[in-house]
Amino acid sequence: MNFLQTEPIRILLYLVGICAFVGANAAYLVLAERKGAGRIQRRPGPNEAGFGGLLQPLADGIKLLAKQVMVPPGTDGLLFRAAPLLVMAPPLMCLAMIPFSDSITARSLNVGLLFVFSFGSINVMALMLGGWASRNKFAIISSARVVSQNVAYEIPMLLVVITLLMVTGTMDLNEIIQQQGGGFWRWNLFKVWVNPLMPVTFVIFFICMLAETNRAPFDMAEAESELVAGAFTEYGGMGFGVFFMAEYANIVVGCSLATVLFLGGWQSPIGVLSGGLWGAGWFLLKLYALIFTVIWIRWTFPRTQFYSLLNLSWKILIPISLFTLLLTGAMMKLPVVFNHFF
Amino acid sequence: MSLLTALRETVAGFKSLLTGMRITAREAAKPSITVQYPHDTLKMADRFRGHVKLVLDPVTGKSRCTSCNLCVRACPSDCLTVEGIKREGEKKKSVSEYTLDFTTCSLCGSCVEACPSDAIEYSKDYNVVSQDRADFARMDLLKKLEAEAKVWAEKNPELAAAAAAASAAQVAAAAAKAAPSAGAAPGAAPAPVAASAATPAPATPLTPVAAPAPAAGVTETRAT
Repeated sequence: MNFLQTEPIRILLYLVGICAFVGANAAYLVLAERKGAGRIQRRPGPNEAGFGGLLQPLADGIKLLAKQVMVPPGTDGLLFRAAPLLVMAPPLMCLAMIPFSDSITARSLNVGLLFVFSFGSINVMALMLGGWASRNKFAIISSARVVSQNVAYEIPMLLVVITLLMVTGTMDLNEIIQQQGGGFWRWNLFKVWVNPLMPVTFVIFFICMLAETNRAPFDMAEAESELVAGAFTEYGGMGFGVFFMAEYANIVVGCSLATVLFLGGWQSPIGVLSGGLWGAGWFLLKLYALIFTVIWIRWTFPRTQFYSLLNLSWKILIPISLFTLLLTGAMMKLPVVFNHFF
Repeated sequence: MSLLTALRETVAGFKSLLTGMRITAREAAKPSITVQYPHDTLKMADRFRGHVKLVLDPVTGKSRCTSCNLCVRACPSDCLTVEGIKREGEKKKSVSEYTLDFTTCSLCGSCVEACPSDAIEYSKDYNVVSQDRADFARMDLLKKLEAEAKVWAEKNPELAAAAAAASAAQVAAAAAKAAPSAGAAPGAAPAPVAASAATPAPATPLTPVAAPAPAAGVTETRAT
């Protein structure tokens, strides 16, 4: 056991663990997505490969791996090949910060939140790189859209996070979770005595998370009906597969972040049975509940138009999140001011 | 004022989003309506017009066709071939060959309308695919009926046994009827003529009966 605690072994273990987690998630979330789409459209979804379609991800993976990765003539070969790698790196880095349980964290930093957001926002660079290197007009348009969309949604998301930071007073993800212990009414989502608009901030965070991960109804990055496959137009085989996996890895990161920040992470919603493996169970339960909500949203709403996407951010989300920020600040500091003068 | 309107619109819009999600959730809870095609197929509507097929009589397990050839005459594209034989012990002819040339059939249904004994109907079979043209140019409907009859016999063993017994009895009765004359010349169709030619003894009672008959016929013709 001591041997496992030594630093290089620990890092290796977590690296393998996270890669396996991301890979398995990407594979089976695709299946879950297709199954979910099927249920909503009242059809069974993929059900031929294996029992109930359980081997479908394996079949898809083999197919993608067997295909040739083609670099189209005229493209920047190096950037074209580098983009899938770069798009996969940020979510892997972010997942190292996520506490799956009170004892299961790859690396606990006291600036964990900052770390996650700094890596989360360079994810868009990889997409832009892929689109740029493809030398394809659809890919370029898509890249431009992705960048402006991400810039637009980064702002309300960070404003919401700043609000939370004022409440928690720490950037350490594990500490943020510990503050929310003791039952679901102590989760940040329900801390209405700190800020009556706390549920609204959660909704804003969730919407921004959808937009940041380029999920429907904000999937401007790969608007099939307008842009062929968006930034991934020229990618085939596993190059495309990696982009796809990164999308799901980003969803996992975003949803685990929402779980950590608003839903109490690995804390039990009823106050008992938290810690250890129970904690991991609670965390995964909340995580997958959010992920299924993401899938549910995707198959409910049609894709928005680009201008209304930006309007939503600049005209609704940013003002509201600014207002919640001010409100939180006021509610925290007004008693102090009041006490000082009277 | 405009700020209030904007807020109200935002709240209303968010509510509409939740309504949409409630609808999809409700749909997701309902059972799936896909027919898993290769594994199971849709039941075709009663009025579906597939190719013509022979009807399996649910009591006898055989075709009702008497090979009257009305369908052949009704067919505008001349794609039916019907042959019949007279089986021993049966009053009517029964079909021995029923072939449809599906390559020329226009599915007009005139044959079904023309049939006096309800022996043909539209098949509900829409999976008619083959790599061999001959499968359609000479579609042996009788063979299909026999395959169907085999399934029918497996499903209704008592009915099949009864039908087999009935036909056996018919054959036996026919054999018994034919027995006295057949003893002398088996298989000879004009029994009295053959009998009179072979043996004079039974011919003698026949002649007095035969003799007045033409006479009566003559007198009748005379009278009219």
